[in-house]
Amino acid sequence: MPLSKSHYSVLVIGGGPAGMAAAKTAAKYGVDVALVDEQFQPGGQIYRNVDRSPLPDIDLPGKEYTFGKTEVLSFRQADIDYQPGASVWYLDRDRCVGVLIDGVNHRLSADKIIIAVGAQERPMPIPGWQLPGVMSAGAGQILLKSAALVPGADVVLAGSGPLLLLLAWQYIRAGVSISAILDTTTKINRIKALAHLPRALGAVDYLWKGLGLIRTIRRARIPLFSNVSQLVAEGEPKLQSISFRSGGRDHKIKTSLLLLHQGVIPSLHMAQAAGCGIGWNESQQCWIPEVDSWGQSSLPGILITGDGAGISGARAASLSGQLSGLQVAYELKQIDCKQRDRLAVTLRNAWNRHRSIRPFLDAWYRAPDSYLNPPDETMVCRCEEVFASEIRDIAKIGCIGPNQAKAFTRCGMGPCQGRLCGNTVEQIMAKSRGESVAQTGRYRARPPLKPITLGQIAGSMDPGESNQ
Amino acid sequence: MFQRLKNTSPELVELNLDGQPVSVPTGISVAAALLYLDAKPIRRTAVSDSPRAPYCMMGVCFDCLIEIDGQPNLQACQVNVARGMQIRRQNAAYDSEAM
Repeated sequence: MPLSKSHYSVLVIGGGPAGMAAAKTAAKYGVDVALVDEQFQPGGQIYRNVDRSPLPDIDLPGKEYTFGKTEVLSFRQADIDYQPGASVWYLDRDRCVGVLIDGVNHRLSADKIIIAVGAQERPMPIPGWQLPGVMSAGAGQILLKSAALVPGADVVLAGSGPLLLLLAWQYIRAGVSISAILDTTTKINRIKALAHLPRALGAVDYLWKGLGLIRTIRRARIPLFSNVSQLVAEGEPKLQSISFRSGGRDHKIKTSLLLLHQGVIPSLHMAQAAGCGIGWNESQQCWIPEVDSWGQSSLPGILITGDGAGISGARAASLSGQLSGLQVAYELKQIDCKQRDRLAVTLRNAWNRHRSIRPFLDAWYRAPDSYLNPPDETMVCRCEEVFASEIRDIAKIGCIGPNQAKAFTRCGMGPCQGRLCGNTVEQIMAKSRGESVAQTGRYRARPPLKPITLGQIAGSMDPGESNQ
Repeated sequence: MFQRLKNTSPELVELNLDGQPVSVPTGISVAAALLYLDAKPIRRTAVSDSPRAPYCMMGVCFDCLIEIDGQPNLQACQVNVARGMQIRRQNAAYDSEAM
């Protein structure tokens, strides 16, 4: 059932693997739980539409996707107030929440908040990436899972990371003809990653899966370019061609659809708005909330779980969600400390196993500096249309960091609120100033986390009240 | 540019795009519908009048902003299609009279 009251013992934000698992675990031990999610179906992006799939063959996206069906079905049956189509625009340290449902703002509060908002793709800014016809690889996958839509012809995939390979594999299975795959992974990454291979063998199934994807892609005889640099998208008013450098030569390919990918990073806005402690993680090249092994953040009563607390993948996210669920059940006195710790043992063992592949993947697919710190003619902030050259110029004249850069250029002040430029602005400023990103810092994020009208704020309601 | 896989539900829903009746598969987002119709660009920006289309499809990028049933600047990827829906592409700075 949807939200039925304005205060819950536990409110979970996000309905992906971590959020569903946290809510199910807490509910199982008698905790009064609600889960709000922006999507219309549970499952997050990874298991999107898995139990209401438009696909002719549910197995098309792969076994990991089908696995999510069990997770979603058991979530639907659990004793949880589940509110889909709910966009959280406000969260503070006192655990007050503002959520927009069907254009109406509702106020909520909870004794415990579990933030399980997952990840977003790391922006891959290249000159021309704002053109219609350039999209993210994740977008391609969402169109496949949620709408059974695939590229008609001449699609090019570019970048680096497991998701790019998986999408190529899914497209091949769906009969899509891929014009080319442009791999931006650098040779040095592969050498550095080898040091992490022994530990990765602890999760050898991931390696086999990866090799299987690569084998299928090779067999499909798709033109594959490695060590790709200087990637540029061109066309007016939409994408017509791309140019790049690979194997010591310049290349140009005609295409109307370019899908970019450069790994995933935690979605941070919710944790930041509440004021949770956040630190720079060099191996994943992103900011990560500071949490303990239960997902407890630096703020009392606020937990952060799943990929939103550091990228570990869907299976690990589900396990960390269960751990956070146990922790809130313990704190709300539904289970005792011994029971919690006993139940956590197998979860932690499994979590550690799934985690053991990460150092290898993080090193192998580390985003190259040339994409983190793009050329001058790249539009960094797509909303306010601020170019890399402008960020470099203001750094030269003494701008001290990303927040001051907003005042200089308006970068990060458009509707996406820095979600697509934050990482790039930090990297450019850090490089220009000769600092580390940790020293340069990041954009502050404050509510409203999603655009909301004054009328919607004025018309706020408590759940259960009727709309006039 | 995007096409529907074979052997999917043939059910269509009728909407209105910039005053023209169009048919799209049921149960998909407005952003997916616009890509299915190859209605690119779906807007022009207020800053430089440059063309845009959906980018991330998951509510992050805000590049798919569009007017739906008279309400401007909605994320097309976060709204599902419905029968009779009136969709209008936004060109440059939004015309305040329409609000």
